[in-house]
Amino acid sequence: MWLCNSSIGRKVVMSVTGLALILFLTFHGSMNLVALFSKEGYNMICEFLGANWYAVAATLALAGLAVLHILYAFWLTLQNYRARGKDRYAVTDTPKKVEWASQNMLALGVVIVLGLALHLFNFWYNMMFAELIHQPMMGGIHAADGYGYIAQTFSNPVYVVLYVIWLLALWFHLTHGFWSAIQTLGWNGKVWFNRWHIISVVYSTVLVLMFLVVVAKFALCGAC
Amino acid sequence: MDKNISFKLRYWRQNGPKDKGHFDEREMKDIPGDTSFLEMLDILNEELVSEGKEPFVFDHDCREGICGMCSLYINGTPHGKTERGATTCQLYMRKFKDGDTITVEPWRSAGFPVIKDCMVDRTAFDKIIQAGGYVTARTGQPQDANAILIPKQDADEAMDCASCIGCGACVAACKNGSAMLFVSSKVSQLALLPQGRPEAARRAKAMVAKMDELGFGNCTNTRACEAVCPKCESIANIARLNREFIAAKLND
Ligand code: HEM
Ligand code: SF4
Ligand code: FES
Repeated sequence: MWLCNSSIGRKVVMSVTGLALILFLTFHGSMNLVALFSKEGYNMICEFLGANWYAVAATLALAGLAVLHILYAFWLTLQNYRARGKDRYAVTDTPKKVEWASQNMLALGVVIVLGLALHLFNFWYNMMFAELIHQPMMGGIHAADGYGYIAQTFSNPVYVVLYVIWLLALWFHLTHGFWSAIQTLGWNGKVWFNRWHIISVVYSTVLVLMFLVVVAKFALCGAC
Repeated sequence: MDKNISFKLRYWRQNGPKDKGHFDEREMKDIPGDTSFLEMLDILNEELVSEGKEPFVFDHDCREGICGMCSLYINGTPHGKTERGATTCQLYMRKFKDGDTITVEPWRSAGFPVIKDCMVDRTAFDKIIQAGGYVTARTGQPQDANAILIPKQDADEAMDCASCIGCGACVAACKNGSAMLFVSSKVSQLALLPQGRPEAARRAKAMVAKMDELGFGNCTNTRACEAVCPKCESIANIARLNREFIAAKLND
């Protein structure tokens, strides 16, 4: 199967799963913005995406994408490390146009996984999982009160700092990842290169800001 | 006349692919600025030979920037800090300063095992070309120039891709040991022309399969390759190869 045993095929898997994750983040970020304006509106979304069959199915599909992306990431990085050979250069002078993120995608990815684990523990475990095991009050707040969990989490400055680091890593990952995914699919050329590059930076920045403003609002003035 | 410079040269010695290898050092004295880098190494070798020592081994052939044999990793950059569009043999000592330390290493990549010192085995590139980098039909005598109409833009682009000299600097610069810039240039030079289209799908698949089999890495679009390519090949070629390859696989 070419998606496993050819280098471009493996890259296509990285690219398609990566783009699907970006699409998911776009929905997730847009829904979070509701929490800035309306507690009721946000909790309605939380209830809609609680332990219903479609929300659980979508969560499983999403987890599948993430697992594929992560497994392929380690696989590709290991192959690339081998292809580089045992002997390393004594002196290296990385060209200026090489983005730092492009050479550190796995490290950034690992930071993202750690942040994700924390995030699932803070929210998913107390919300969807709590409902699935019929213990809606497991986290001390009702499982459908997403707004309450946001307020609780970001009243703790340690979490605020960790989430900001997490979002920063995501920003770096995506400024490279977005255009790289398009390039991998072959939709690029001498003219489109700069366009995709700018679109990547702008899109990643807007996406990460959508998450950051929610963190900032609840960190600075709680549920006010 | 450029002025003469003196500097410390650190050059890699390695007795075959299995040897661990080490740097040798030598103070080079009064080298004229208009000496080419390879001529400077000739001076080094004359000194070594006259002292009864083994000369330093490095690859070279045309010494005019067209054959792609010269292949030195100089102070952290493949082909050194030439103007882009030039190879090691086109690098002149006036680019360096008096008192510099100049470190010379071979291309380091699993796909290019060291033969001796800074000479590496680039047969892998020949094998990739043999896998499909050609047109199988006998072309006979040159055709009338207007028999097959090709837009000037396409002809120029194909020519730019064809100017890749197979030096391997792209692999040497890549943290993933990927040969995608080379392979994509060689696929593009034919894919852009009507004569190359009939076999384009087969060619892309065969050359990528050979590249993978020989252990080159997966491209992560770092762009280190195009930054050092002496022929200024662009990663637009890589996007084109990806298109050709994905379309070919989807049509299987
Ligand atoms: C929300 C989470 C994530 C998103 C949206 C995302 C998105 C992307 C995108 C779009 C690419 C570019 C694909 C390409 O170059 O074709 C990419 C590449 C990559 N990602 Fe992620 N990623 C995420 C999480 C992760 C995680 C958790 C890891 C690893 C533990 C990871 C590791 C990598 C690596 C190593 C690459 C480079 C692979 C390559 O270019 O060959 N990513 N990511
Ligand atoms: S693409 Fe450029 S760096 Fe790579 S082999 Fe061809 S000429 Fe050399
Ligand atoms: S020796 Fe031929 S390109 Fe340098």
